[in-house]
Amino acid sequence: MKAKTHKSLRILAHWPIAIIICWCLFALLGPLLPLQPNEIDLTRILLPPGEASVLGYDDLGRPIFDRVILGAKTSFLVSLWVVIVSLLIGVTLGIVSAYYGGWFDHVVVQIIDIFLAFPGILLAIALAGIMGPGIENVVIALSTVGWVGYARLTRAQVLSVKQREHIQAAVALGSQSTSIFYKHILPLILAPIIVEASFGIAGIVIAEAGLSFLGLGVQPPEASWGNMIRDGARYLLVAPHMVLVPGIVLMLVVLAVNLAGDRLRDYFDVRLRSSV
Amino acid sequence: MAKQNSKQNEPGPLLTVTGLKTWFETSDQTVRAVDGVDFTINKGETFALLGESGCGKSMTSLSLMRLVPEPAGRIVAGSVKLHDEDLLQHTEKQMRNVRGKRIAMIFQEPMTSLNPVLTIGRQIRETVSRHSRFGDFSAKKRTLELLEAVGIPDPKRRYEEYPHQLSGGMKQRVMIAIALAGDPELLIADEPTTALDVTIQAQVLDLLKKLQKDTGMAIMLITHDLGVVAKMADRVAVMYAGQIVEQADRNQFFSNPQHPYSKKLFDSLPTMTKRDQHLAVIRGSVPSLAQVFKGCRFEPRCDYAWDVCRNLVPRWCDTNNGGGALCHLLDPEQERPAKTPDEKTKAVETEAVIRKISAAKTQLLHVDGLKIHFPVQKGLFKRTVGFVKAVDDLSLEIPKGKTLALVGESGCGKTTVGKGILQLVRPTAGCVKLEDVQLNRLKPKELRGKRRDVQIIFQDPFSSMNPRMMVKDIIEEGMIAQKVGGDAKQRETRVEELLEQVGLSAEHKLRYPHEFSGGQRQRICIARALAVEPKLIICDEPTSALDVSVQAQILNLLKDLQVKLGLSYLFITHNLSVVEYLAHEIAVMYLGRIVEYGQVEEVMNNPMHPYTKALLSAVPTIENDGREVIKLRGEMPSPVNPPVGCHFNPRCAHAKQKCRNGYPDPHAVTETHKVRCFLYD
Repeated sequence: MKAKTHKSLRILAHWPIAIIICWCLFALLGPLLPLQPNEIDLTRILLPPGEASVLGYDDLGRPIFDRVILGAKTSFLVSLWVVIVSLLIGVTLGIVSAYYGGWFDHVVVQIIDIFLAFPGILLAIALAGIMGPGIENVVIALSTVGWVGYARLTRAQVLSVKQREHIQAAVALGSQSTSIFYKHILPLILAPIIVEASFGIAGIVIAEAGLSFLGLGVQPPEASWGNMIRDGARYLLVAPHMVLVPGIVLMLVVLAVNLAGDRLRDYFDVRLRSSV
Repeated sequence: MAKQNSKQNEPGPLLTVTGLKTWFETSDQTVRAVDGVDFTINKGETFALLGESGCGKSMTSLSLMRLVPEPAGRIVAGSVKLHDEDLLQHTEKQMRNVRGKRIAMIFQEPMTSLNPVLTIGRQIRETVSRHSRFGDFSAKKRTLELLEAVGIPDPKRRYEEYPHQLSGGMKQRVMIAIALAGDPELLIADEPTTALDVTIQAQVLDLLKKLQKDTGMAIMLITHDLGVVAKMADRVAVMYAGQIVEQADRNQFFSNPQHPYSKKLFDSLPTMTKRDQHLAVIRGSVPSLAQVFKGCRFEPRCDYAWDVCRNLVPRWCDTNNGGGALCHLLDPEQERPAKTPDEKTKAVETEAVIRKISAAKTQLLHVDGLKIHFPVQKGLFKRTVGFVKAVDDLSLEIPKGKTLALVGESGCGKTTVGKGILQLVRPTAGCVKLEDVQLNRLKPKELRGKRRDVQIIFQDPFSSMNPRMMVKDIIEEGMIAQKVGGDAKQRETRVEELLEQVGLSAEHKLRYPHEFSGGQRQRICIARALAVEPKLIICDEPTSALDVSVQAQILNLLKDLQVKLGLSYLFITHNLSVVEYLAHEIAVMYLGRIVEYGQVEEVMNNPMHPYTKALLSAVPTIENDGREVIKLRGEMPSPVNPPVGCHFNPRCAHAKQKCRNGYPDPHAVTETHKVRCFLYD
């Protein structure tokens, strides 16, 4: 049974990657395309999708297609930065605290516990609210919440890898602790962290949309999927396409990232299994 | 029950297996794990299935229970008849009434076989209620009876306990109680004592024998240990590469094994008498079971093989003593080759006699008063509430070019001694001196340079190498760290030399560890240690994860290297037969202290300490010398709260008041033989 679902997943796994590639391309090349996301034209207010435009127009007569593509840039940039910053902080702290132990480890574990006690998105909202709206502040707010998971995972990984006998053998051979770290620890803990990061991206895409929806993210007239949904919410009964289009795009990207993460995990799993 | 007993007491076959084949389909091949197995188990007898890892013995037992992991595995042919019912024709629902009630099973790993969140009483009671119509009250009564029957002291209290509160031996007893709950006709014991210490193993084996006598059940014992077979079995079947290659009565088998494979197994056992020679090894490795064999499966590794063996599958030939074997040598229709292989092997043996190392005795390692205590911490602020005295005032010496064996059961601190000598764990007190350098006083930087003198080989050949490094990088690591072996090119030549020295070939250097078998990995670990030209190698149970025939290869290699390079070994082990083959001196450890220390002949032939005596007598041997096993009460206490006085006194049959008051001082029996026991004061 399980094997069957896996096989069908493999076949499906092509479209998530296609979607992720589109997302990246639109995010990087969007600004270069001849788009008019901010062109207001009162004659086409709330026009539904049709001959005039593929995805219709919003309450100010701006083309939704153009805005969705530019919104990709926001979500992509935010997720990229948040993952990078969270990984740097989380992995470094996790490694240092597991590797050296002692009081430092004790403090880090307590901090992680305190952070985990807060609902992450509330903390991010509070931070973004204090710092004021803006894409940089969204990155800072989400990273502040995001590093905790990586730190905990890394610490646990290092602790379990540290017990392996080849590390003791390396110590007995007189290797320097930096070389033990780069040769024996880092390569073994990397795989689960990469997988975790790929799942993390999906979470960040949603969190960014959430913050924008609350008006804490990118400021108008700049487009982001979150604030497009917020704008559309007021016209939900009149022009549902204003909410549906960014909503579906958001859902597709998150689903694609999650499925790709699954696939990545399987890939690493197989390698680990064959090496044991 | 009485009725059933009388039924079981009539002799006759209980379980008849014919032509059993269990295959595993993977995407690109079919692995024939069990490939045509026939045997019969009689009522009330113990039938041993002997074989090395991967030979299909566990898969055979799972097939009997119809527990083969599906859908990958499939029983493709054969019949399994319990009395007259063919179990392979049963529906899954019918099978559920067979499992546990008529055939029960116990496994090797008692730690993972019990549910950690249920009390053991509840786990046994569930099986009791499942297989009978006991009410709640009488089910509990029966459970307590079972706990009593498997020798668990104070069953009422244990009934309420959880698995983690029990020791390994106790858990195995609980597993046996669960197996007995359905009052089975056949108990399948799959390596029941492999994970246990020898003294506990002796207890569990005795228990199985006693229960068999009481209930009249038959036991199918699956094991790789010839000693356990000799102690327990009535009949023996030897399995190799998915087939049974020999079957015989116990006495016949041990006095006169027929199949060349069985003979080799006996020859590869390390014993005292083989000290000055190489152990016989079975060359090559077990063939892949994904092929269809054209000839005999053992032919590539057999000393007796001739043309017929390559081209004709041997048929089952009965021997005159009621047993039989799968070998052309026994087939009257096949002509034997002219050259008798006995001459061939004899020639090899004389060539392989190892000259004794000269008696010049200079000490290499001094360990004096070594103490390693680990703090036990509790609470938010990690207050130290006590110490685990893993090693407590231990002294030993290792001469140049000699082997000291450190023997003890798990938890006695022997591995910690090794780590303390290596300075992987810094000692709490005492002195570790290698030649003139006191290792435990060195600063980390100085120590790093000195590390090349002492190396270590671990027990587990799987976790002792980084799975993401190539063999070349693994072996080179020490040379780079110690800046020996010259530039990259010279190092590479050295890696090739080392690989050949440990019996691998130079082209293995570009492979990854997972491509090698357990024995080969252990060779790579030895090469890694040798790369920095150490003077002392600490061998921490290097062969206990390996099969007997592979163990023989590694022991031979270690012995050769010792002669060639003048190495000293600290051989940490619980396996006394390895000790008598390899070691020159022996130190027996109990709860952090050495209780007996001496030349290997002195200690093995004339053990003084009651613990050493019990340990030696508990090892099941293949010789039926009629000696009695000295039973030890209970199990080793925790090193956090060692017993007051002599640590051994609660388990000792000779304990006196004196033993409870103080720890005995070493008493010299001879110049080299010391014992710490009040009996000799």
